Amino acid sequence: MQTASAVSGSGGSSGVPASLRGILPVLVALPVLLVLEWLLSNSPFASYLLSIMAVNIILAVSLNIVNGMTGQFSIGHAGFMAVGAYLAGVTSLALKDVALSFLPVAVSDQVFLVVALLAGGISAALAGFLVGLPSLRLRGDYLAIVTLGFGEIIRVVVTNTEAFGRALGLSGIPQTSTVAMVGFWVFLVVLVSRRIAGSSHGRSLWAIREDEVAAEAMGVNTTGYKVRAFVISSFFAGIAGGLFAHFVPIINPGSFTFVKSMEIVVMVVLGGLGSTTGAIVAAVFLTLLPEALRSAFAAFGSESTLAQQVDQIRMPVYGLLLVVLMLSRPQGLFGTKELWEVIPRWIPRRRKGM
Amino acid sequence: MSEAQVKVLGARQEFAPLLAVDGVKVSYGAIQALKGVTLKVGKGEVVALIGANGAGKTSTLRAVSGMLKPVGGRISFAGEDTTGAKAHTLVPRGMAHAPEGRGIFPNLTVLENLELGAYLRSDADGIAADMEKSYALFPKLKERRKQFAGTLSGGEQQMLAIARALLSRPKLLLLDEPSLGLAPQVTETIFRNLKDVNAAGVSILLVEQNAHLALNFAHYGYVLETGEVVMAGPGKALLESPEIRKAYLGE
Repeated sequence: MQTASAVSGSGGSSGVPASLRGILPVLVALPVLLVLEWLLSNSPFASYLLSIMAVNIILAVSLNIVNGMTGQFSIGHAGFMAVGAYLAGVTSLALKDVALSFLPVAVSDQVFLVVALLAGGISAALAGFLVGLPSLRLRGDYLAIVTLGFGEIIRVVVTNTEAFGRALGLSGIPQTSTVAMVGFWVFLVVLVSRRIAGSSHGRSLWAIREDEVAAEAMGVNTTGYKVRAFVISSFFAGIAGGLFAHFVPIINPGSFTFVKSMEIVVMVVLGGLGSTTGAIVAAVFLTLLPEALRSAFAAFGSESTLAQQVDQIRMPVYGLLLVVLMLSRPQGLFGTKELWEVIPRWIPRRRKGM
Repeated sequence: MSEAQVKVLGARQEFAPLLAVDGVKVSYGAIQALKGVTLKVGKGEVVALIGANGAGKTSTLRAVSGMLKPVGGRISFAGEDTTGAKAHTLVPRGMAHAPEGRGIFPNLTVLENLELGAYLRSDADGIAADMEKSYALFPKLKERRKQFAGTLSGGEQQMLAIARALLSRPKLLLLDEPSLGLAPQVTETIFRNLKDVNAAGVSILLVEQNAHLALNFAHYGYVLETGEVVMAGPGKALLESPEIRKAYLGE
């Protein structure tokens, strides 16, 4: 039973030496990502779509830590993404003409990309801390309003700051993001999210979600844990924003509106609040759905006018699908469970402790 | 506000001091819920707090367990001043609070609920032993340990709330309305279990609307009225007093 092992502090599958258990996922992920990079090197559209998908996965999985695991309703995630995007963008612009001469250009670019991403991520985490500390004492709707307000404040500040290009946005950011780099951060956020879920830290977050008063009575430092969850979540939102800024030619305030925040919330809710794999599946699904509908409708009407007409009902269809999904599965795709708990038969690995 | 007149009935049995609440005041905004409550709980003692709705019973418990910050007065627990200390710093010192309405985690299993009770402990063997003890006390919980807590019956949920609170190895167990919404028979079972808990050396501060039940069970009782203690005395003495019989027992 995973819960029993969580108390004693060790999680994960048996059969792998303990010293290897921590880095094993990294050893598996790295070659996969590099092969993927090589495969996609000639397909800019596929790389772009995959990058967008990856950014959405990072956003959804990180928001799930706050909205799903901790049960706090934050709807300002795009604000943290914006902080990360702009700070990482500005950092990259400042370091544009610098290169590490002892490294190949491509590697040097990646090093600076990581520096920029960390700048964005840490700034977003700091913003998360500043917003979280006072506002996480609030509950439910009130927190939602504060985070909503924060997201809008960020957008308005950026729109009026010369250094961030005002409404025109930042352009000329080196487009150094790669599928491998984006994939690595996806991998990292999923790893962190799963590790939190399996630890006593995750147990405390669950307790807060289930009943905050009871959690407090059990000795959970509720404010502390909520702020920590918020900071981790904001950090990854900042990273996602930073990545976004390095494969999209121009970033402007229009990319980080309330609509974007809601899009991420929808992903988390659709996947099932609290389910990491649910957030991933929903993020993939909702990124690909509009594209899939586009190609489906394009295939219907070869006549340009008809194709255009049909294309216009693409978004209503998207909305309709969401409504149907929420009506048929109000708890989200996976509820609070993970993929392998929902469909154990698909996975040959035996379930532990049942 | 000056010290209210407290009518004391009978002599109190001697216990070593554990909790002392001295003139504690609590306000929710402009509303003063506690106007200076003074009470004591000894080691191994069961103390009942009775009173009508809105008398301040729950507020008193919440102030004691650190979930509310008192605006005045002092609280000392196990020889330390704990006025205004946060709940998460009090739990490791031996304070366990089973909040009103049971406060179990409905979407976690019984076992996970119990594990959260031992949240601040790291002695795996001790936790396992205590888990067995709570299963011995409440055999139903063992049967249902893989079940979601939300699917338990009301009585079982209350048992779980008590068992979970006990897993932090408290010196003092704060119970808020354990009989709330339970059938009389189930309530009886729970109070029998609580007697065992007390016999094992855990002090209990109990808030109850069911005055008859609470005063029968408690060594000592306090009667709270609009944020003040108005009467105090050994449980049996309070039960026999005409005021209590009239106001709380409907006679």
